[in-house]
Order: sequence, then structure tokens, then C-alpha cells
Amino acid sequence: MLLDLMSLAWSALSGHRLRTTLSVIGVAVGIAAVVALTALGEGARQYVIQEFTSIGSNLLSVLPGKTETTGAMPGMGGVPNDLTLEDLLALRRQIPSAQYIVPVSMGTETVSHGERRRQVAVIGSTPAFLQARELRMAQGQFLPPSDVERGTPVVVLGHVTAQELFPGQQPLGQVVRIGEWRMRVIGVLAEIGTQLGIKMDEIVIVPVATGMKMFNRSSLFRILVKVRSPKDLDGACDQVIAILTERHDEEDVTCITQKAVISTFSSILQTLTLVLVAIGAISLTVAGIGVMNVMLVTVSERTEEIGLLRALGATRGNILGVFLVEAMMLAGLGGIVGLVVGLGGVHLLTWMYPAIPAAAPAWAIGAALGLAMILGGIFGVVPARRAAKLDPIMALQRR
Amino acid sequence: MIELQHIAKSFEVGGQPIYALRDTSEIIQSGDYVAIVGPSGSGKSTLLNVIGCLLRPSEGAYLFKGEDVSQLDDQALSQLRQHQIGFIFQSFHLVPRLTALGNVALPMVFAGIPSSERQLRAKEALESVGLSDRTNHRPNQLSVGQRQRVVIARAIIMQPSLLLADEPTGNLDTHSGQQIMELLESLNAKGLTMLVVTHDPNIARRANRIIVLADGQIVKRIKGEEFLSGSPPWS
Repeated sequence: MLLDLMSLAWSALSGHRLRTTLSVIGVAVGIAAVVALTALGEGARQYVIQEFTSIGSNLLSVLPGKTETTGAMPGMGGVPNDLTLEDLLALRRQIPSAQYIVPVSMGTETVSHGERRRQVAVIGSTPAFLQARELRMAQGQFLPPSDVERGTPVVVLGHVTAQELFPGQQPLGQVVRIGEWRMRVIGVLAEIGTQLGIKMDEIVIVPVATGMKMFNRSSLFRILVKVRSPKDLDGACDQVIAILTERHDEEDVTCITQKAVISTFSSILQTLTLVLVAIGAISLTVAGIGVMNVMLVTVSERTEEIGLLRALGATRGNILGVFLVEAMMLAGLGGIVGLVVGLGGVHLLTWMYPAIPAAAPAWAIGAALGLAMILGGIFGVVPARRAAKLDPIMALQRR
Repeated sequence: MIELQHIAKSFEVGGQPIYALRDTSEIIQSGDYVAIVGPSGSGKSTLLNVIGCLLRPSEGAYLFKGEDVSQLDDQALSQLRQHQIGFIFQSFHLVPRLTALGNVALPMVFAGIPSSERQLRAKEALESVGLSDRTNHRPNQLSVGQRQRVVIARAIIMQPSLLLADEPTGNLDTHSGQQIMELLESLNAKGLTMLVVTHDPNIARRANRIIVLADGQIVKRIKGEEFLSGSPPWS
């Protein structure tokens, strides 16, 4: 019976090509919007997660300042104690379960070699920074193992920085100026790209003590702790806070795990995806009204046919079925076209911006088609009921 | 087969009931061939629609094969029309986008008959009305005479026991009309009960019996052979 209704509906739909095409386009735009926007939102979420995991998901950051006590960003309001190299050493002594504990100092300075100069981010750290941030060397060596409090005048260049300062030259062993400091290049990092919005290829890395002296700071920017497994993260955080609270006589540091950051971003982006879906839903509603409009016109045009079918023994339920199936087919066709267009759009997007892993989640594809059918059903009910309610005689006489 | 007991049908117009049919009683035997005649507005079509279960009588009882159908619900009436009653309309009422075969097979769709059987039966029905070479033509590709044959094929496809024809030759030329009436009479000869509403005395006099309506009431019953010549009694 359903197949027969579909075949009847198909003959009616194909009899009005332009009208059918326009309605299908209306629904297709809505469905394509839902598919593409969902893919975009999901892509953004994946992108952020990927960015965070690229710097290691077993990582936790300790930064000076306490969020809870001031109710504002760490470092704002109140005067927190510095995060010092002594704190770092204390943590290293007291948290043996940590794989790496590395300090990070940070500043911006001009780096130059001969006539070529460039403003770069200068990171001060220790040898374990390489492993903690999962970086690789292109040539030379990373920071030498030495006392953290001794600042040797050596520097490791980011990939782009090395290329800019030493075009076609071997940078190893050469001397660069960073501000007032003369430093010897001992290594060049392999190409990394962007991590968390920082162009890692355009940095330079110096020993932490050198970095702190260079920027005349007594406090570290943060301390990175890398644990062996993600399940150790929370425990390590608690330990860090306990140790530093004891050293500072107050709880004045914040410990952020990648997990927490990822889940925050993830939930923000999930909300964003929902908002995008809602926008798509609006265009779907408009499309649904279009379907309803077309079906109302169809019912009015086919009044005589409805009367005939009733005379031939079709029940009110049969007539309802005929027009519901037709509306659902109309919307379903739009769903298929919209899905193809939407997925094509996503494909185009990933081709244009390969960095964004935009992909429609499987549920969105199923939901798009289901949604189209439901749309047809909902907006088809009113016209179909109108058809079913027609009096057979009146309908036959088109009164 | 059909027994009408004091049937009346009224319509509300401006809050007042207007009677299209009143106190009509009639018995139609199985295999009968009855012409219903009368001037315009005399209630011919209303009577036919009541008998065809497309209209519910306002008063009286309508027994179809002994069962009172005047109180049946929509579902049951639809079933009755589907299986027992064939309709032939003056203006054909063919679905323009369907082929002759598709139109003839249409009543079987809602009876849940499988597609293969529908095709077979529709072909046979078209063959029986002399249209075996027109099965895949759409209504607009057929002459009016051929269209009425398609309508007849559609009317008999469910093997009904009653055939109702409302001005079956109204849109046809004399020659086609003649052929259509011969086709209908051949069906009656095989035992199909037939009611024909007509204006045309030449059509009416072919029936076994003639019922003359005026102002919604049966005013005269004539035997076919008694009505040979002269001006029609309803004019």
C-alpha cells in the first residue's frame, strides 16, 4: 500500500516539475544548512581538541594567582606570590610520579643576525621542555642539561625564525643578538605549525635563567607538569597545590589540566553547534511552510480527484495517507538533495581550509533525512486533513 | 437488492432545510435496468448519490442487500462503494496524469490488491471494453468515446453488483453514445444491476423500467416498452 501511495505521489509530483523542484530546493537549503553548520561546529570542536592534544593531554599548567580567591582571572586582584625556580625544584623533589616538570618564562624581544631582525616570542625553559611539549629537533641540539639557575648564552631557534635570520645559511654555531644579549645558536626546531594560537615555528628558546634575566623577572610565567597517564592529572594537581600552598603560606596558584580546558572548550563549541543547528532549523521551518503551501495548492487543484477516489472506495484515512506520503516525499527529496549539497559544501570547506577537520557527524546525516521526513509529516498534516475532510460529492462537483 | 423506505434528503440553506428528495420509496431487484428521468433539479442526481452511498439520507431507511446502510460509518460506506458499486460519470473524472491502465487499476489500489494482479485485471477490463490497444494512453490522448469506455472498465474492475451511471452519454456524440449504451446493456445482460440517470428519452426507453422524478419525488413509474414515442412525460 505504501509503495502504491508513493507511486501515486510520484506521478503527482513529477506532473508539476517546477513547483516540485522549488519546494525541494526550499527543503534542500534548510537541510544543507543544518548539515554544513553542524559539520562546521563539530569541526571547530575537533580542531580545538586536536590543538590541545597536540601539546600533550597529560600536561598540567601551574600559574601564579588563584581564581577562586579573587573571582577574576589569575593574577588579577590581590598580589600573589611569585612562582619561582625554588618552587620548581621543590615540586621536582616532592612529585616523583611526574614525568617532567619544566619551568616556562616568556617575553617578547627583537632577535637579529647582521641586518636581519625579527620580533619573536622568547621562551625560557629547561631541556625537558622538548619532551613535555612534544617538540622535535631539525638540527643541532636542544638546551643543554645544566643547573636551572645558571643561564648559559645559548639559543634554539624555531623553524621559521632560523629561515628568516639565516636564509640559505647554516645557523648552527652562529651568534644572534636577542635584545642586548649575544647568544650562540645550538639547535633548530623541526616545523611544528601553530599550537593554541602560538606560532611555534617563530619562537626562540633559551635557558630559563637566561630568559628571566633577559626580561628582568623573578616569577615564572608558568610551570608545566607532565604526568605519565591522564588519570594521574587530578592527583598531581592536588599535590602541586598542596606543596605550593605550604611554601607560600597561602593557596595562591592555579592548576589547569588540559582535560579541564578541553572539556570547557568542548562544551562551549557544543553550544555553538547547537546555535548553528537552531539557525538551520529556522530555514527548515521556512521550507516546511513552503511544503505546506504547495500541498494546500495541490489539494485544492486535485479536489475532483479526491472526490473520485472517495467514490471509488478510498476512506478518509486513505486520502490522508495519499497527501501525507506526497508531502513526506517532497520533503524527503529535499532532504536527500540537501544532504548531498551540505556534504559537498563541507568537502569544499575542508579543501579550502584543511586545518579545520569539518565533518558532518554520522548522527547529523541520519537526523537530516529523518528531520526532512518529519518536516514533511508535520507540515503535510494540515493539507492532508483538509483533503480527507472533503465531502465526496462536493469534491466531485468541485464546489 | 435495493430497498428505499421513505427516503428524504435535505440540505441546509440559510438555516432552512431544502428538500432535494422527499418520501421516496422504491425497490430495485437484482439484475434490474432502471432509468431515472426528470427535469433539472428534480432530485435525480441526489437519488443516485444516496443509492451510491455518497450521500447519507436525512430520513428513512436504505436497505442494500437486506442491510440498512443509512447509518453506516464512513469506513463501512467506503468499503461498500469499493466492493459493491461502480460509478460512471458524465464528465468521466479520469485522473489526467495516469494512463488508461492506471485509471482502471485505481479502485484496486485502496482494496489492497497486489500490483501484478491489478495490472492483469485492468488489462482484461480494458480489453473487455475494446481498448486493449490504448492501455498506455493518457486520457487526453483518447477520444471522448474511448474515455467513457475507460470509465466503464474502471467501474466494473471490482466486479460490483450495482452500476450507477449519471448521464453516461451526456458528453458523447450519438454514435459513441449508442456504442456506450450497448456496452452497458451487455453488462446488464450478464446480470449487473444498472441505474441510469438521463435526460435523453432515447436512452431512457432502452431501460426495463423508468422512474420519473419531479420536485424530489417519484411521480410516475413506466415500463420501458410502454414508453415508445411521443414527448417525454417529464418535459
